[in-house]
Amino acid sequence: MTSILYRIMALVLVAGLSAIAYGHDHADAVKGMGLEGTAKADALKACVRPTDWMRRNHMELIEHQRDLTVRQGIRVQKDSLANCVDCHARQDDKGQPVPVTAAGEFCQHCHGYAAVKPSCFQCHSTVPSPAATAQR
Amino acid sequence: MSNSKGQTDMDRRAFIAKTAGAAAATLVAPGVFLHAVAADQEQAVTDRVRWGMLVDTGKCADGCTACVDACTTENGLPNHGRPATDPTWIRKVRVRDNFTGKETNLPLMCQHCEHPPCVDVCPTGASFKRADGIVMVDRHICIGCRYCMMACPYKARSFIHEDIEIKPTNAPRGKGCVESCNLCVHRLDNGQAMTACAEACANAGHNAIVFGDLKDPGSPVSQALQQLPSRQIRADLQLNTGVRYSGV
Repeated sequence: MTSILYRIMALVLVAGLSAIAYGHDHADAVKGMGLEGTAKADALKACVRPTDWMRRNHMELIEHQRDLTVRQGIRVQKDSLANCVDCHARQDDKGQPVPVTAAGEFCQHCHGYAAVKPSCFQCHSTVPSPAATAQR
Repeated sequence: MSNSKGQTDMDRRAFIAKTAGAAAATLVAPGVFLHAVAADQEQAVTDRVRWGMLVDTGKCADGCTACVDACTTENGLPNHGRPATDPTWIRKVRVRDNFTGKETNLPLMCQHCEHPPCVDVCPTGASFKRADGIVMVDRHICIGCRYCMMACPYKARSFIHEDIEIKPTNAPRGKGCVESCNLCVHRLDNGQAMTACAEACANAGHNAIVFGDLKDPGSPVSQALQQLPSRQIRADLQLNTGVRYSGV
């Protein structure tokens, strides 16, 4: 009886450990279609604000800019969502931009892990505009 | 705000604004006027500008769809081949005088009213008028109730019924929101004072659509309005539309 109990405990432990390992692996390794180093952001040291600030507050920045843009016509390129996508979207092996919401890509990479759906892309483009792509 | 008193108050405000504007204009220098140009990207738009159009229906060619096509391309309007539900920002209308038989073509789009009924009825404040006179939908807070579509006398608004696959960077859209002509607001904000439809009409050689700042007496649209007789469609509603028509 005790041995069966131990076996069950061991199984639960192994399952738990592998789940943690998988989660860790999923958050760190990038397995998308986009190629490493093809995003503009890959060549930069920091985002439009310090990286740790951006990790916590990027949504505030995007929401603030969104209201200024729609209501008052203020289109500061630096803080615009179009600029986020332009800078963070990677390219595949054919040079085509990969959506930032695709599995393993910039937005989905963390949002998938945190199980928070970014609602921006219900309407907004997940790839840079053709004009921005052509400029590169 | 639905009583007629509101209109009287607005006239008084307009009078005060005009007086203040005249005083400001004379302060600069005699003979020198400050002309408003398309906005700086980082500045908020102001009511020193009011964007508008004059459509000369005499020049609007029968069968030409240059403005409609340009609008579709510029704003990435989806076409599912279902005209009843596909979004339309600008459409060609043909009106016929039954007595004389005279037919007139005209492009009809959001008229960018000074007193827009769509803004009056919007329950969330998503339908709004920008300081520079552009009537728009803030789709971040639009709930898709479509009251504005009912209220618009010009049938200018469209509802997005279906999932959108290609989302243009300039004109984001998603299923479940209302949208309409925004006078190519992305162009204006980025310093290009010309709409896609007016540009296409000029390129097609018709020049039926003149776009510009109604508050700038030197702008092409103001000049054209001074020379041509023009009218508002449904002027009886006293909406003071930003889009005027000549020859109807």
